[in-house]
Amino acid sequence: MFDFLEGYDLWAAFWTTVKLTALSAVGSLIWGTLLAGMRVSPVPLMRGFGTAYVNVVRNIPLTVIIVFTSLGLFQTLNINMGADDFTTINFRLAVFGLTAYTAAFVCEALRSGINTVPVGQAEAARAIGLSFTQVLTLVILPQAFRSVVGPLANVLIALTKNTTVAAAIGVTEAALLMREMIENEAQLILIGAVFAFGYICLTLPTGLILGWVSKKVAVKR
Amino acid sequence: MTSVLYDAPGPRAKRRNILYSIGFLVVLAAAAYWVYTKLDEKNQLEWVKWKPFFTDSRPWETYIWPGLENTLTAAAFAMLIALPLGAVFGIARLSDHAWVRWPSGAVVEFFRAIPVLILMVFANAALAEFTDVSSEDRPLYAVVTGLVLYNASVLAEIVRAGILSLPKGQSEAAMAIGLRKGQTMRSVLLPQSVTAMLPAIVSQLVVIVKDTALGGAMLTFSELLASVRPMSAAYGANTIACFTIVALIFVVINFILTTFASWLEGRLRRGKKSTGAVVPVAAVAGTQATGAEH
Repeated sequence: MFDFLEGYDLWAAFWTTVKLTALSAVGSLIWGTLLAGMRVSPVPLMRGFGTAYVNVVRNIPLTVIIVFTSLGLFQTLNINMGADDFTTINFRLAVFGLTAYTAAFVCEALRSGINTVPVGQAEAARAIGLSFTQVLTLVILPQAFRSVVGPLANVLIALTKNTTVAAAIGVTEAALLMREMIENEAQLILIGAVFAFGYICLTLPTGLILGWVSKKVAVKR
Repeated sequence: MTSVLYDAPGPRAKRRNILYSIGFLVVLAAAAYWVYTKLDEKNQLEWVKWKPFFTDSRPWETYIWPGLENTLTAAAFAMLIALPLGAVFGIARLSDHAWVRWPSGAVVEFFRAIPVLILMVFANAALAEFTDVSSEDRPLYAVVTGLVLYNASVLAEIVRAGILSLPKGQSEAAMAIGLRKGQTMRSVLLPQSVTAMLPAIVSQLVVIVKDTALGGAMLTFSELLASVRPMSAAYGANTIACFTIVALIFVVINFILTTFASWLEGRLRRGKKSTGAVVPVAAVAGTQATGAEH
């Protein structure tokens, strides 16, 4: 029944999806945290930059960003992300695009987490003479991170699903393989079921595990 | 603006802030300069490449407006079909009967766990195989089908959250005056929850508009993003200029929608006439196991 799978490397395709997700997740967590720091900082210029970045990037379709990394950055401006072969270049461009896009959502999730920390915490920290950086890194962010595990898990799940967009610039992940298989094989429904199952296997456990973690680490108030 | 994170700046903090501003400005300027040299090196800043958008109406009439029209058409169809479907599934998930609640819950969770692109690619192939939709209409149908399947399940969650956000007294009072379950839903709960859901629905429209671009990249749907390639070919490889214009159009449309959504949300929160119940734009994401709305 499943002999149409022969000749296709399903594992490699889903492994690329996982790699895209993991690398972009780490990148966007770092960049998103920096952006969130900027958005709440006392320096007006940094606040302005953070706000502008989030509002612009969040409102551009991810597809436009990903296609731009290939057509604009690589083919027009010859930025090759330090790689020589097309496979690596496209992969890195996709990670770059996904990171730039997802960071805006990580920033917003974190910022809403910062808002859940009671005012008294920041006031107490300031009263004992901590600077802005100390207030943020020692008191506010540790509590904020604990309360945003749930929202961040949703960003991660959305990111997992968004990696399919990398197919638009030829990264050989699951969605591209699916399109190829649909073109060549007759078992349309079965192919659809296999890939749907694959994505459910990736997203459902992430949601359940991180949902459990978010309840575990939530600050009881 | 003062924040709880820092005091109103005194003389020293003011000096320090200015210093930080200058440092940050230098970093930004360096980045901008690097971008400028890169663009200049590849002749992307020549006026010839940007001129068509400012002095000529043809690129707008030939590529951009038709593309934008397709984008908005697909988004509008997707929203109009997904909304009633989402309402049905959202209400079905609140049903008292397990045989209604469980299957509709399974359908909603299933379509939310799968990437929209997969749904679109599948719909495209399914339309080709099982229906006689002509091949030039097929991309639009496939894009709308994919968007409807995904967004109906997200909207179902919004509807459910909207109904659950109403105070319990509303349905209790309806029961007390002898309304049946269907009547309670139709004449008490739904009308009130619609206002509570509006902000979340408007911001879901942003997601729909953005996702139409997938059809342009993967299904030869001639929407706004797909107009970049022929346009840059026609006006002397002005890829950067074309992308800038297209991205700007998306930003303007979606920024208006986002601002409208948060204005609505603020208005509903402050409002005295309603119950004050509102589905926060980001809240639907918090209750679900299998996906967020972007």
